[in-house]
Amino acid sequence: MDTTQTLSPTRQRQRRAQWRRQALTLALLAVGLVAPFVAYPVFLMKVLCFALFACAFNLLLGYAGLLSFGHAAFLATGGYVTGYLLASYPGLTPELGILTGTAAAVALGALFGVLSIRRQGIYFAMVTLALAQLMFFVFVQSPFTGGEDGLHGVPRGELFGLISLNSNLAMYYFVFAVFLIGFAIIQRAVHSPFGQVLKAIRENEPRAVSLGYNVDAYKLLAFVLSAGLAGLAGSTKTLVFQLASLTDAHWHMSGEVILMTLLGGVGTLFGPLVGAGLVVSLQHLLAQSPLGNWVSVILGLIFVVCVLSFRSGIVGEILKSYRKNFK
Amino acid sequence: MTQEFILETRGLTKEFRGFTAVDGVDLKVREGHIHALIGPNGAGKTTVFNLLTKFLPPTRGEILYRGEAITAMKANQIARMGLVRSFQISAVFGHMTALENVRVALQRPIGTSFHFWKSAKSLDHLNDRALALLDEVGLVEYADVLTVEMPYGRKRALEVATTLALEPTLMLLDEPTQGMGAEDVDRIVELIRRVAKGRTVLMVEHNLSVVSRLCDRITVLARGAVLAEGDYATVSADPRVREAYMGSEAEEEVSA
Repeated sequence: MDTTQTLSPTRQRQRRAQWRRQALTLALLAVGLVAPFVAYPVFLMKVLCFALFACAFNLLLGYAGLLSFGHAAFLATGGYVTGYLLASYPGLTPELGILTGTAAAVALGALFGVLSIRRQGIYFAMVTLALAQLMFFVFVQSPFTGGEDGLHGVPRGELFGLISLNSNLAMYYFVFAVFLIGFAIIQRAVHSPFGQVLKAIRENEPRAVSLGYNVDAYKLLAFVLSAGLAGLAGSTKTLVFQLASLTDAHWHMSGEVILMTLLGGVGTLFGPLVGAGLVVSLQHLLAQSPLGNWVSVILGLIFVVCVLSFRSGIVGEILKSYRKNFK
Repeated sequence: MTQEFILETRGLTKEFRGFTAVDGVDLKVREGHIHALIGPNGAGKTTVFNLLTKFLPPTRGEILYRGEAITAMKANQIARMGLVRSFQISAVFGHMTALENVRVALQRPIGTSFHFWKSAKSLDHLNDRALALLDEVGLVEYADVLTVEMPYGRKRALEVATTLALEPTLMLLDEPTQGMGAEDVDRIVELIRRVAKGRTVLMVEHNLSVVSRLCDRITVLARGAVLAEGDYATVSADPRVREAYMGSEAEEEVSA
């Protein structure tokens, strides 16, 4: 057929792109496996948790075009539920604690989603912010969260009742596995029949409606998926640091995840990972330097520079120049 | 019982805060016709169009599709019944390829559109049909081109292919030749003529030469109400229509 012949160069390009993605994923896998022998595992785990959080956020902003300003609520819900359960029921294994925390975030995501998904643009952001502030109040007042003090001394326990997670190395590999699962879910969702519709809605919502799609239902599913993965990140983070605190529920956290995603590159698969790594590293480095009190200012400045001069983020800009030079 | 009229409105009215944009329009579209909705600027054509396609809720009145009331339905529901609209500004999915644009329209009836755990490769069996549809509008060579990179006229053709993918019984076209050069206009006119076989088309159109070449029946709107109706010869001979057009054109010239 002559159609296949005319398509073949593009198909080849697509295949090359796919090959590149796989190579990059493998490289990432290798780096992830070796990393704890080079860098401090707890720091790496923090990066991975925030990277998963940012990836979850990116699924919503980058692929559904929805800017949520309340994602801290899901991170915190996952964290608190997991922390409370593991601290209160010593027999509970960590993976069950994490799954329950994630399920709670999914349920909250469904509720928030139903209430907010019909709103567009800034109104959607405002409704999610308001709901997240409501949750912040709930977390401050509820006895199970420990209020201002938060939850401390959450036991890491034994994975499947077999493997002790008390060693940071074991814990690291567990977190790495959780991250990979979350990342794989997102990658698949983006390249699925659902992802195609989501992309169509982002590109032209009225047209998607005119093709018969009930766009609110698709946005809701994206929102719930994103909330659940944010909850997974929060649950895992609680296990790593053995604590859950109000910092995770604060609106600062909702802002930080936006920063990470935009800095790394919204709508790119690896952008949020890069963004999260960068922000967490900066916080870490600055906290130890004499500039410790200026962390917010410096991050703010970086954000301004990013928005003004490279809007597609680090990975986005790299992809752009790559396309320009190698196509 | 066969329905003579595929689409009918009764007393269709739309008011925006006291301003009546559409005032008691009774429109009847005969099955198999290419029917045009024309009128000077501000006559309410686009509002009528948005009411018919459920992008706006009417203040009063009824819309019937094959004799069945669809007044209370949602935009995506009527699309599933075979009433598919196009848009004034070309409505394509920019960062998807032409093939993907058409495939998105084909994939809904399969029922896997919520399956976020399946690979998009599960949609590959639709590619042949998508290519056939692209072929129908002469776009096969654009199959793997990102839509943002296509010329404007081609985007409109792609939009037609996407619409055809839904196998519509009634196509509602919103100014299909707007913003096009003469060459593209001819191509689109040919395309509409070809795809209208076995279908009904209702179009809003500014370009009277397009209307005269294509349409079986024409409804002229002015100030939100039906001014005249008939074939091109009847309508163009109507002194009221001439007055409405000349009047508004004269005003336009003054303001320009």
